[in-house]
Amino acid sequence: SALRRQFSTGAPITATLFPGDGIGPEIAESVKQIFTAAQIPIDWEEHFVGKEVDPRTQSFLTWESLESVRRNKVGLKGPMATPIGKGHRSLNLTLRKELNLYANVRPCFSLPGYKTRYDDVDLVTIRENTEGEYSGLEHQVVRGVVESIKIITRQASLRVAEHAFQYAKAHGRKRVSAIHKANIMQKTDGLFLKCCREVAEKYPEIVYEEVVIDNCCMMLVKNPALFDVLVMPNLYGDIISDLCAGLIGGLGLTPSCNIGEGGIALAEAVHGSAPDIAGKNMANPTALLLSAVTMLRHLELNDKADQVQNAVLKTIAEGKYRTIDLGGKSSTTDFTNAICDNLGIGST
Amino acid sequence: TYMPRPGDGSTRKVTLIPGDGIGPLVTGAVEQVMDAMHAPIVFEKYDVHGDMKKIPEGVLESIRENKVCIKGGLMTPVGGGVSSLNVHLRKELDLYASLVHCFNVKGIQTRHDNVDIVVIRENSEGEYAGLEHEVVPGVVESLKVITKFCSERIAKYAFEYAYLNNRKKVTAVHKANIMKLADGLFLESCREIAAQYPTIEYNEIIVDNCCMQLVSKPEQFDVMVTPNLYGNLVSNVAAGIAGGTGVMPGGNVGPEHAVFEQGASAGNVGKLELVEQKKANPVALLLSSAMMLRHLQFPSFADRLETAVQHVIEEGKYRTKDLGGNSTTQQVVDAVLANLD
Ligand SMILES: Nc1ncnc2c1ncn2[C@@H]1O[C@H](COP(=O)(O)OP(=O)(O)OP(=O)(O)O)[C@@H](O)[C@H]1O
Ligand SMILES: Nc1ncnc2c1ncn2[C@@H]1O[C@H](COP(=O)(O)OP(=O)(O)OP(=O)(O)O)[C@@H](O)[C@H]1O
Ligand SMILES: [Mg+2]
Ligand SMILES: [Mg+2]
Repeated sequence: SALRRQFSTGAPITATLFPGDGIGPEIAESVKQIFTAAQIPIDWEEHFVGKEVDPRTQSFLTWESLESVRRNKVGLKGPMATPIGKGHRSLNLTLRKELNLYANVRPCFSLPGYKTRYDDVDLVTIRENTEGEYSGLEHQVVRGVVESIKIITRQASLRVAEHAFQYAKAHGRKRVSAIHKANIMQKTDGLFLKCCREVAEKYPEIVYEEVVIDNCCMMLVKNPALFDVLVMPNLYGDIISDLCAGLIGGLGLTPSCNIGEGGIALAEAVHGSAPDIAGKNMANPTALLLSAVTMLRHLELNDKADQVQNAVLKTIAEGKYRTIDLGGKSSTTDFTNAICDNLGIGST
Repeated sequence: TYMPRPGDGSTRKVTLIPGDGIGPLVTGAVEQVMDAMHAPIVFEKYDVHGDMKKIPEGVLESIRENKVCIKGGLMTPVGGGVSSLNVHLRKELDLYASLVHCFNVKGIQTRHDNVDIVVIRENSEGEYAGLEHEVVPGVVESLKVITKFCSERIAKYAFEYAYLNNRKKVTAVHKANIMKLADGLFLESCREIAAQYPTIEYNEIIVDNCCMQLVSKPEQFDVMVTPNLYGNLVSNVAAGIAGGTGVMPGGNVGPEHAVFEQGASAGNVGKLELVEQKKANPVALLLSSAMMLRHLQFPSFADRLETAVQHVIEEGKYRTKDLGGNSTTQQVVDAVLANLD
């Protein structure tokens, strides 16, 4: 691919970086420091949320920012707090709509050494991100009666299913489970399943199964090891991906990556901007770091991805440097330095 | 101590639907236990199966007359153009509330302690409205319907339940940040009812966060009230963390009738293997039948049954596979019978 060629010639890859709000700049700084220490050939093109609404995007995100992601095709995004008020679009919605981010991918794995009640999680949730229950189509029929419309299309379902199987194949995963409620929503979820089946046919080496969502919820909390890759419509993906994040210790630890039209990959931390601890050097950068790792894997910089991921996991497992949310006492800076020390550079 | 005697209360007729799959096994367990206790109950048994076009009229008449029914799951064929009979029954009888009690049972090792959650789920509208159509080829729509009437009555039920059962808190589960009108109406209704119960704490939680909290800090929840689909998911998560759907009791309640069934995954008919080996866990339905006994105002029978089931679980000798044992349904039932004092 173009990206690989760029890499093999030694030229650095340009990636867009949105540090975001609240704790965003601190955890983005941590990522930059670690990437530099690991000598990862990435040039960050930093973009900030504007102070005024850009009429071209109807949002505080500027047209130039969006163009940067479109041009670079890869980016990393910290938490963004949408300012309250009328006359503009939510930041996340602007990104999703403008860049057509159709799939949200969240790898979820137990962190060795960080004990939760579940220590056998290693799965990936893939959520359709453009339609379904989030269509925004709602109306009042008569007073006291409202309707909300869920839309499932063949195009969007095929696209997300295709990504799920491609992902499974590229990452050596064995099984894809489609999560649904087609026994009740026979037509909508039925169409989603039909599309998944069609795509599954093209990947005979990957086991395909269908699981009803209520049963899936129950199985996940009883034995998460039963699952590998899960693909599902928007709302189910929202719920299941957060549930899975809960299994491994919360949103502060879960990476996420959005896949958009034309091969765009925008990795993001899914937690909020945590204004209560912003600027206090207390934030845990793990989720953003692991998101940056998903970005590296997307760029097929797998050695670098492994190097950073292992250093993060090792630091958490050692337990000497942990941020406060993980029950430790370390500052963001100390935790970051410890990760740099664990990158394995110069040692061995 | 008070010893219940046969004839203490006048005999009540109860409609019994064994259903499909594991249904007959677990309803069989209920029949045996009621018989052994000489509970003042007569069952009117009806054959209903998920592949029928609709619930036979005689069955509905029986439930309408008896007011109370206990049932196993009815299989729902996926994508066969046949709608779920479980849903049909709820609609026919206007069983607007589904109740699932998820709690740690002494003797069952789970990842979480201090789980004692009652999920009260709106059962008649929402995503289960069944209104779907193809707009153009490749584009289908499904309507979620939320009404003020149904939202208010489920909220009322939840608060009344909390009040009567000495519960402290009701949590409304929603996604009103996305579904502003639909879930917004649901929340608005809950708030109005909450204002009438000042002694009960009320709060709200977004459904995705709710599921995350359930697997990390479930002890924060007490009674939950939810629209239809979220309740289905929340009750399965709650049941899963507390010991599994094979243990948690529940039922569906309407203005006139009550249908008791396994709490979470009520429509569950089990895997074929479970049916063939006769190894379904009867605990959930036995505990549901204890709920039914309370509902019929036979509390001492309910206590006896619950105590016996509790003994068997704590003793740990007879457990089905979902609880880490290898017993058959009948072995568990026999143990329960032996423990009825
Ligand atoms: N996955 C989605 N698909 C389509 N529209 C969405 C989605 N998520 C959010 N929106 C829209 O964007 C607006 C802002 O959402 P917000 O930025 O709070 O997203 P979020 O907190 O990530 O939501 P979620 O928890 O559902 O992912 C919402 O009001 C909704 O209209
Ligand atoms: N990366 C992090 N490191 C440490 N603590 C965090 C982190 N992310 C979140 N938290 C903690 O969890 C709490 C809830 O976080 P959440 O992500 O929901 O932020 P928020 O306050 O809702 O922000 P937003 O309004 O942007 O969604 C925060 O107030 C903070 O104390
Ligand atoms: Mg979410
Ligand atoms: Mg948010």
